[in-house]
Amino acid sequence: MKKYDLVIVGGGPAGMAAAIAAYDAGITDMLIIERDKELGGILNQCIHNGFGLHTFKEELTGPEYAARFAKQVCEKQIEYKLNTMVMDISPEKIVTAMNSEDGMFQIQAKAVVLAMGCRERSRGALNIPGYRPAGIYSAGTAQRLVNMEGLMPGKEVVILGSGDIGLIMARRMTLEGAKVKVVAELMPYSGGLKRNIVQCLNDFDIPLKLSHTVVDIEGKERVEAITIARVGADRKPIPGTEERYTCDTLLLSCGLLPENELSRTAGVELSNITSGPVVNESLETSVDGIFACGNVLHVHDLVDYVSQEAAVAGKNAAEYILQKNHLPNAHEESGKTIDICREGGVRYTVPSFIRPEYMADQLTVRFRVGDVYRDCAIVTYLDDTEIARRKRPVMAPGEMEQIILKKEQIADHSIQKIRIAIEPNA
Amino acid sequence: MEKIELTCIGCPLGCSLTIQKDHDEVVSVTGNTCPRGDAYARKEVTNPTRIVTSSVRVEGGTAPVVSCKTASDIPKSMIFDVTEALKNVKLTAPVAIGDVVLENVCQTGVNIVATKEVQCL
Repeated sequence: MKKYDLVIVGGGPAGMAAAIAAYDAGITDMLIIERDKELGGILNQCIHNGFGLHTFKEELTGPEYAARFAKQVCEKQIEYKLNTMVMDISPEKIVTAMNSEDGMFQIQAKAVVLAMGCRERSRGALNIPGYRPAGIYSAGTAQRLVNMEGLMPGKEVVILGSGDIGLIMARRMTLEGAKVKVVAELMPYSGGLKRNIVQCLNDFDIPLKLSHTVVDIEGKERVEAITIARVGADRKPIPGTEERYTCDTLLLSCGLLPENELSRTAGVELSNITSGPVVNESLETSVDGIFACGNVLHVHDLVDYVSQEAAVAGKNAAEYILQKNHLPNAHEESGKTIDICREGGVRYTVPSFIRPEYMADQLTVRFRVGDVYRDCAIVTYLDDTEIARRKRPVMAPGEMEQIILKKEQIADHSIQKIRIAIEPNA
Repeated sequence: MEKIELTCIGCPLGCSLTIQKDHDEVVSVTGNTCPRGDAYARKEVTNPTRIVTSSVRVEGGTAPVVSCKTASDIPKSMIFDVTEALKNVKLTAPVAIGDVVLENVCQTGVNIVATKEVQCL
């Protein structure tokens, strides 16, 4: 069996940033495994601009952002395998993969970084009534067809869901000559960024109907019409509010789900809120030596944050490997953990608990809120002592939030829990 | 006097901006909660610009199309002219990031540049 110190599953933004950070921390014996024909992951189809404002202080397109990281991977001569699918990861960190050149092969890794990303919620997961004709695509599939294959999925389009990919595709399809008739959103607020609503819908006079959903799909061979209806507070359609749109295409942009089939077979504990692994301060999962980062851990809205988070996972994986090499049992748990408790609208936190002795000087805790909050503050407590309060004029589920914890703040060994709460502005 | 309503894109707050305009002169901006809203409103009603991203055909390459963008902002009113101009552009592989796809698109003084590498088959 082949052996590597570190195997990184996925060569998108998370996998590349993790690999670069692991290299900088002293690991050279590593392999990135990517199922597509090139590095870069989903960035390759995100040809719009707006990436990298935090990382590079300029607005790049997705392919340009990916290329900057791919260049570093090549310069550092980090090994990667393309067109290769990981089939299984065992709790003992044996990675089983296959491709058409090597066939099936196994690798024993000392540490693994999970960086598989996420996928779109499909029609099957949405329970939309109606026929099952051709012409129904996830927004990301349409994005790949238009931007990478040079194919147009349709001419007259209805979009369900106002996630960012759906908004971006409303503009893209319009620029390529299609007529986007309406974007329907189940929730009373959009799941996408304000900037995208203005520049992708308003710029092109595409109507956004909040609190609306699809109640019928017509057409046997190909989509012929879509009927949408207003929904009540219970999110059920209100009879008599139906509107019918003739069209040949329905795009779905109804949320992203971390892709954790491999994590599950590895025995990694998953959160039922994020659908991603439960991780500690080192972004290490419940399985010793398996780390997670990027959209497989929790869905991000900015790739810059993915890169930052992945660098932390890569560095910690490297430290894990080096400690394992030189100091047997150095990684054994001492037992002391502090839970991060969520209060008042905080849906989840990553990480969800910390081991103070392994904590870096500064730790970024990322989270999302469950509803739209105005004139509120993010308040951090150690047990009952308030240590930070940051005013936020508005928070929405579509925008990731974060707080920074300092190691010196939790040096006091008596601390039982860290609490993050959303409170009205005092 | 003309009244224009806009949604600010500066941050998630999305302030509803009201702009009073007299011919080409902005008389007032209201509804913004910070200076960024004021600046955005003034630019948006006098000289709105956008970066346009699209893709063009490639022959003899590892991909059938390559992504591209305007190297800098172009007037918002010219977005469709730019995409129309790109319709019949056909490149030959190899293409490197930054290669000029189309010079001075629609007399804007702005070049269209490739944003992705495409190697030869």
